[in-house]
Amino acid sequence: MTATRRRTPLDTVQVAESSPEQSQPYAELGLARDEYARIKEILGRRPTSSELAMYSVMWSEHCSYKSSKVHLKQFADKKPAKAAGEKDILLVGMGENAGVVDVGNGQAVTFKIESHNHPSYVEPYQGAATGVGGIVRDILTMGARPIAVLDSLRFGAAEAADTARVLPGVVSGVGGYGNCLGLPNIGGELVFDPSYLANPLVNALCVGVLPADGIKLAKAEGPGSLVVLFGARTGGDGIGGASVLASASFEREGERKRPAVQVGDPFAEKVLIECCLEIFAADLVSGIQDLGAAGLSCATTELAAAGTGGMHIDLDLAPLRDETLAPEEILMSESQERMMAVVTPDNLEAFLKVCAKWDVTATVLGTVTDGDRLVMRWHGETIVDVPPRTLAHEGPVYRRPLRRPYDQDALNGEHGNGLPRPRTGEQLRATALKLVTSPNLADKSWVTDQYDRYVQGNTVLAQPEDAGMVRLPGPDGEDSDVGIAVSVDGNGRYCRLDPYAGAQLALAEAYRNVAVTGARPLAVTNCLNFGSPEDPAVMWQFAEAVRGLADGCQQLGIPVTGGNVSFYNQTGTTAILPTPVIGVLGVIDDVNRRTPMALRTDGAQLYLLGETRDEFGGSEWAHVAHGFLGGRPPAVDLERERLLADVLINASRDGLVDAAHDLSDGGLFVALAEACLRGLAGVRLVVPEGIDPFVFLFSESAGRAIVAVPRTEEVRFTDMCTARGLPAQRIGVLDILEAGIEVQGQFRIPMAELRVAWAATLPALFG
Amino acid sequence: MSVRVGVVTFPGSLDDRDALRAIRLAGAEPVPLWHGDKWLADVDAVVLPGGFSYGDYLRCGAIARFSPAMESVIDGARNGLPVLGICNGFQVLCEAHLLPGALIRNAERRFVCRDQRIRIERSATAWTAGYDDGQELVIPIKNIDGGYVADQPTLDALEAEGRVVARYLDTNPNGSYRDIAGICNEAGNVVGLMPHPEHAIDQLTGPSADGLGFFSSVLTSSFLTSMVGA
Repeated sequence: MTATRRRTPLDTVQVAESSPEQSQPYAELGLARDEYARIKEILGRRPTSSELAMYSVMWSEHCSYKSSKVHLKQFADKKPAKAAGEKDILLVGMGENAGVVDVGNGQAVTFKIESHNHPSYVEPYQGAATGVGGIVRDILTMGARPIAVLDSLRFGAAEAADTARVLPGVVSGVGGYGNCLGLPNIGGELVFDPSYLANPLVNALCVGVLPADGIKLAKAEGPGSLVVLFGARTGGDGIGGASVLASASFEREGERKRPAVQVGDPFAEKVLIECCLEIFAADLVSGIQDLGAAGLSCATTELAAAGTGGMHIDLDLAPLRDETLAPEEILMSESQERMMAVVTPDNLEAFLKVCAKWDVTATVLGTVTDGDRLVMRWHGETIVDVPPRTLAHEGPVYRRPLRRPYDQDALNGEHGNGLPRPRTGEQLRATALKLVTSPNLADKSWVTDQYDRYVQGNTVLAQPEDAGMVRLPGPDGEDSDVGIAVSVDGNGRYCRLDPYAGAQLALAEAYRNVAVTGARPLAVTNCLNFGSPEDPAVMWQFAEAVRGLADGCQQLGIPVTGGNVSFYNQTGTTAILPTPVIGVLGVIDDVNRRTPMALRTDGAQLYLLGETRDEFGGSEWAHVAHGFLGGRPPAVDLERERLLADVLINASRDGLVDAAHDLSDGGLFVALAEACLRGLAGVRLVVPEGIDPFVFLFSESAGRAIVAVPRTEEVRFTDMCTARGLPAQRIGVLDILEAGIEVQGQFRIPMAELRVAWAATLPALFG
Repeated sequence: MSVRVGVVTFPGSLDDRDALRAIRLAGAEPVPLWHGDKWLADVDAVVLPGGFSYGDYLRCGAIARFSPAMESVIDGARNGLPVLGICNGFQVLCEAHLLPGALIRNAERRFVCRDQRIRIERSATAWTAGYDDGQELVIPIKNIDGGYVADQPTLDALEAEGRVVARYLDTNPNGSYRDIAGICNEAGNVVGLMPHPEHAIDQLTGPSADGLGFFSSVLTSSFLTSMVGA
């Protein structure tokens, strides 16, 4: 029963040169025939098995963005023009580990969102946990202290059996890892839709803060500098397909199943974070890269490609968790909690001393050389000799065919205007309760109570607020008044109906959510979750969404700083709803001025900002009441969004509003219910003349928010809206004694009934 | 001279800087202490902060208690040094046998973070002197191993000796026996607390400022003087 492995002999460059015809499993590694041919052309010989391993992972869709690159270019091409004399706030743009934005005071903020969808389906806890770990290391790599995380989660139907397997694991993985790192989780999304049943979406966003002059980049410059691998030892996790290279065959009964999903150790990462921050503070590295997807292959080639160009590595020096690992496996291993630094010889001693203080293993693997080749040896024999740019930057680029889905017209044509709508007060009341208790709109605290939102002591707003907000440390390390706000949003149904508009609606919602708190939106990150790029209909959705997002960001004047593409989210040949998830980051000068969502002030006037139209395409009502998806999503008006944001930000700064809440899924009633439940106040609502009560209560028209205006500020507030041309309509009044939501002439729901109904859904489903 | 309150950072400590902030806000001088140093920098009191020391991989607090700093803390605690263990710090105090009982996985087997109402049951300790007996507070709780357990005679003794410092009100968040949120040693200088008072020091970042009293209590505590010369 022993599991002895029969190894292939070491495939050195010398062996490769002398055996040009040897067949290689490039197809099993996911490389196309012409890609393999190109590798041979680049090298002038067949690749060694180690080189083949490196090319296969670096040229994978995940690492090379080969199908998306031609589209993503628009984010740079359409970068918003800055006004004359205005400082460019974007310190680092697309292409690095994460974008960096100047927030003033010598401080900068870096943030990025990334997916970990497939691993989270296979192994929910570890998949989600390492998703958090990976994005946190990206932020750390920029030289920043991670200060908050958000998670955007999508699962199959809430009642589905597999959702009960996947969701609890994912949630405890996100929590288990983030809580143990001491990162407050300040917001996110939880969405259920049958299309995600066998393909959940787990997108994690991390924010970090750093001195504006302390940005670290992933480059290996200066021949003679040392290349140091530090953090966890390299193990056999996440190797995936590489095993076909390392072993000719396995003994049958002793076959070893390697975990395809990486296993996380948050304690190791916590220690690594503190160790790195101490190293950064002492300015001991000239370049740094984390080891994520494609592990050592990616870190070495990216560092070398962005730097001088040459690097020499003795791969056999890498500390291993499993001594039997072959070089190909070491190169592809995705073991977590590892970093690679470039350190000048005179800093090495100090560097190693900090690592020793934190009990972090650090090993000099090689040096930066003045050539333009990345050379790796294994016990003295050369196994890799490649131009690193051909792996990191010059991978294949595909202009994949696009085709509008055949059913797109039919889908848009089925407008659903004939769906039965509630008319009487009693029917409207039932609809209100049905929406509030639906899994997508019900209380999410079953999930969010598993996340530490307090740690670090800077959390000003956290879920269920519209955006998470944390206070930043000042340049002196003391608490400042400056804060950042972040929101992540997406809407797969809107995108299915119109990916261009859907992406803009997601952007608009995240933008609005940030502005509602009083913060000024500054920058965008995105996680583009789609089906297979080889399906022209999916590729059309992708192209349209990217175009919509790029145009939208240009119009709103906020640049895309980075992001992530996740393709192949499908079950069989059925793709998920196209789901771009958009993160918007904003800044607020004084966190004490933030606007919360809770309705608390007795007698405050409730205003609805924006215009309400009869828009139910892709709405939560159509989904919950009729299981229907068709028509067109709500109209997008980004100029209106800008105007609304300006009003909300000014109102917050000048203290004109006590509370504000964005209107989105479920429309006015759901927003009102959330704000009342948060603040314990009741509301008496009047349906304005000339609008159908159903449309008024449940339409999902974009560009809207509710605000509570204290009576003393009412004139100033309405004058401001009038002067700026923003529709503002008084729709009700807050009443502490009311203890319910009363829609005059229609229905009343007592607060207690609302709370019980709203809070019961998720616990009933997940225990 | 202001009172010096130390906070021990273990590998995996998370709420250490938050405890230092709370100490500063309460008017004391915060002193960061490192787990690897035996010397406690002449502090007048010590806080063992929340977090997951050493990843809590063996048992919560089980490894941290053997650190050099803890040797000195244990010595000090036995001689009257005021010591407050919060969350993971409470677990360390139990592992170090400065407090009886143990903390086990929450009854619902999940991490729980929520604003919790508690009641101060004993104000005669180094860390609760600023409160009234029976005073109710709202303080965040966040733990996965927060269920306080001990055998019946120990629980009965704790009750009889008035050593239950705080109790959960409304919903018991973690299955703690007798709703116990915090206990103290016989002398009252060592307190273990599962809720996080360092996260209730102002309305901006916490649900209340109710937690500040723990850190200000120690400033005027009679326990400070009793330990001079120890």
